[in-house]
Amino acid sequence: MSDHENVLDHKVHRDDVGAKMGMWLFLFTEVLLFGGMFLIYAVYRYQYPEQFHIAAMELNTNIGTLNTIILLTSSLTVALSIAALQKGNKLLSMIMLGTTIVLAVLFLVNKFFEWSTKFAHGIYPGSSILTSKPNGQILFFGLYYVMTGLHAIHVIIGMVILAFMLNFIKRNKVTTDNYVKLENSGLYWHLVDLIWIFLFPLFYLIQ
Amino acid sequence: MSGNKHHIGYGTYVIVWIALLAFTAITVTIAGVSLGRYTLFIALLIAAIKSALVINIFMHIKFDEPIFKIFLALSGTTILIIFVLTFVDILYR
Repeated sequence: MSDHENVLDHKVHRDDVGAKMGMWLFLFTEVLLFGGMFLIYAVYRYQYPEQFHIAAMELNTNIGTLNTIILLTSSLTVALSIAALQKGNKLLSMIMLGTTIVLAVLFLVNKFFEWSTKFAHGIYPGSSILTSKPNGQILFFGLYYVMTGLHAIHVIIGMVILAFMLNFIKRNKVTTDNYVKLENSGLYWHLVDLIWIFLFPLFYLIQ
Repeated sequence: MSGNKHHIGYGTYVIVWIALLAFTAITVTIAGVSLGRYTLFIALLIAAIKSALVINIFMHIKFDEPIFKIFLALSGTTILIIFVLTFVDILYR
């Protein structure tokens, strides 16, 4: 018994399961945030099926597909980063985390070019070309900008968090024995990927 | 972490990643084929399969404590109820 207590005393005060529970609860508030937007999307797509169809033709499926592949791969690298740290391979963990951040930047660069092309075509919220279109198309592009925009903000936040984790691993603040911070950051990153998994077919694949 | 923690190897992650890419290829290909009103259903079905892979393997839900599965079921049910209630309102208004 005293032996057991010693072990407990020796342990730093830490509750990894509790930390993950907190993270999951936070993720559910995120799911509700995006869920509300998907709900609006569903209702308006139901009301204006043809208009959504026509408006979606404007979107570039290739760029959407490329960004899907980039995000799925970044989800893999962040998972590999955690696995590497669990196995005690600090260097591989850092390389994988660095790769994830590079992929996130690539995603945003694509997004930038995609949006600039739309802007160049005069399709942006409040533009005279867009407001002259029928209601359904205005709603489609409104939802497109808000939902992919909010998603892009999540990508930026995720990138910053992962950069902090990279620094933590480097300074041994996140280690093989104490990596719940990295795990939680990974969960956030996977959520960003999950949301994109639904955004992609709903905006880019209406043919 | 707790001693009974299940660690997933690199191989599993790579296999899941390949599966995710394969499903992406399928969904893009199918979108080009005209399947009428099934198109949306199939696209959402594939998205759901992809999410299940990400949640179970990448996010470790399959290997974590049951409480996380309960959390997930609870939030999923909440979203479902909100969608069903809204569409009942829209359809029978």
